Amino acid sequence: MQKTYYDPADLRKFGKITEWNEELGNKFFEYYGKVFEEGALTAREKSLIALAVAHTEQCPYCIDAYTKDGLQRGVTKEEMMEAIHVGAAIKSGATLVHGVQMMNKVNKLDG
Amino acid sequence: MTNIKTQSLHKRKSNLAQSNKQLEILSYGIFQNGELPTFKDKISETNQFPLKAKKLEILQINVGYMCNQVCEHCHVDAGPDRQEIMTRETMLQCLNVIKSTGAHTLDLTGGAPEMNPNFRWFVEEAAKAGIKDFIVRSNLTIIRANKKYHDLPEFFKKHNVHIVSSMPHWTRGKTDKQRGDGVFDKSIQALKDLNAIGYGMPNSSLKLDLVYNPSGAFLPGNQAAMEKDFKKALLEDFGIQFHNLFAITNLPISRFLDYLIASDNYEDYMYQLVDAYNPSAVSNVMCTNTLSVSWDGYLFDCDFNQMLALPVNSKVKHISEYNEALLENRNIVISQHCYGCTAGAGSSCQGTVA
Ligand code: SF4
Ligand code: SF4
Repeated sequence: MQKTYYDPADLRKFGKITEWNEELGNKFFEYYGKVFEEGALTAREKSLIALAVAHTEQCPYCIDAYTKDGLQRGVTKEEMMEAIHVGAAIKSGATLVHGVQMMNKVNKLDG
Repeated sequence: MTNIKTQSLHKRKSNLAQSNKQLEILSYGIFQNGELPTFKDKISETNQFPLKAKKLEILQINVGYMCNQVCEHCHVDAGPDRQEIMTRETMLQCLNVIKSTGAHTLDLTGGAPEMNPNFRWFVEEAAKAGIKDFIVRSNLTIIRANKKYHDLPEFFKKHNVHIVSSMPHWTRGKTDKQRGDGVFDKSIQALKDLNAIGYGMPNSSLKLDLVYNPSGAFLPGNQAAMEKDFKKALLEDFGIQFHNLFAITNLPISRFLDYLIASDNYEDYMYQLVDAYNPSAVSNVMCTNTLSVSWDGYLFDCDFNQMLALPVNSKVKHISEYNEALLENRNIVISQHCYGCTAGAGSSCQGTVA
């Protein structure tokens, strides 16, 4: 029995999802590949966005993948950490901005 | 401070200083239990086994393993403590070959080739042969290492030498981590010296190329994109220019293999190499048009095989008995380290191959 939910080796098996639904699997990978191609944004910029989102999504597979991807592209650890802070700032901002809703409710019920 | 070791594996009497130990690691474990296919099986899938040498284009001569640096990932296991240095006698044998070879490129490497006491004489003599492209792989810091080397840029210019130098990153931290404290600043100074006399400048015939190899257990990114980033950063930060960037994959041998094992990255790295295997890179791997000569005159399919003590599969074994026609069409000697040459866009001493 597998003892943990996440196994780093499972990342290598990602491609196998097509085995159980070839059409959708292939469509996903095609889309995924296209998204990360050089476009209006450079592939390097996209890699940093992916790294930040990987953290806000807290996906260990994606964190592994996009840390390595960044290193391959010559991204420095300082750049990676700044990108993660952007993700963290949006996450915390998104939490805090709901404080306004709480304040509205308090004001309405008990103002 | 970086945690770079200051001695070669040889000096440290590390197990991995022995090439047979390295070959064992590359043959056993994940490759023996079938988890990953051997290189031979992989290239057989596309009927590319045995790999054959084609017409010789590049003659690469390793004039010695001595170096002023002890880079963490050196595939030569070079360092100041290595005593293997090509003698003048072997150089004379090489010169005979250089005069008659059909190769268009002569490529001197090391260690730091400049540390060979006969280096300048050898370059002067070799330059007379008029080979189209005469490369010296210079680690840059050697130029700043000692007063006696300060005039190397002028010397190279005089003999129209094409300089190829390593630079793992455009930032100090990443460069020094791999190559040692102070290497970045010295390299920058050396590049400025070279630029000052015309090397690497736009439209200059004095060729200056840089080699990028990753600073850790990951593969190099896209060569063209890396070149763009390097050029932009070196120009903006230091006013430095160069011609081409070659992105080279670290092969899992010698000190890089030692690093992979010590950092528990070996298996993952081999998986990366095998996953990135590109069958179309196989027909252009370096050994198909290159011959490597060791400091003591023996012949190998490439510098990596030289370090693994895997001699050419030919009757001709030594530069003294050199025969280009006999060496052509020989079967290349392969092992799992060869996956380093076929990952992604492929990798050779001149960068990508596919
Ligand atoms: S990588 Fe080059 S500069 Fe570094 S130790 Fe090896 S031979 Fe010397
Ligand atoms: S390691 Fe050497 S023999 Fe193997 S593929 Fe690369 S160049 Fe050829």
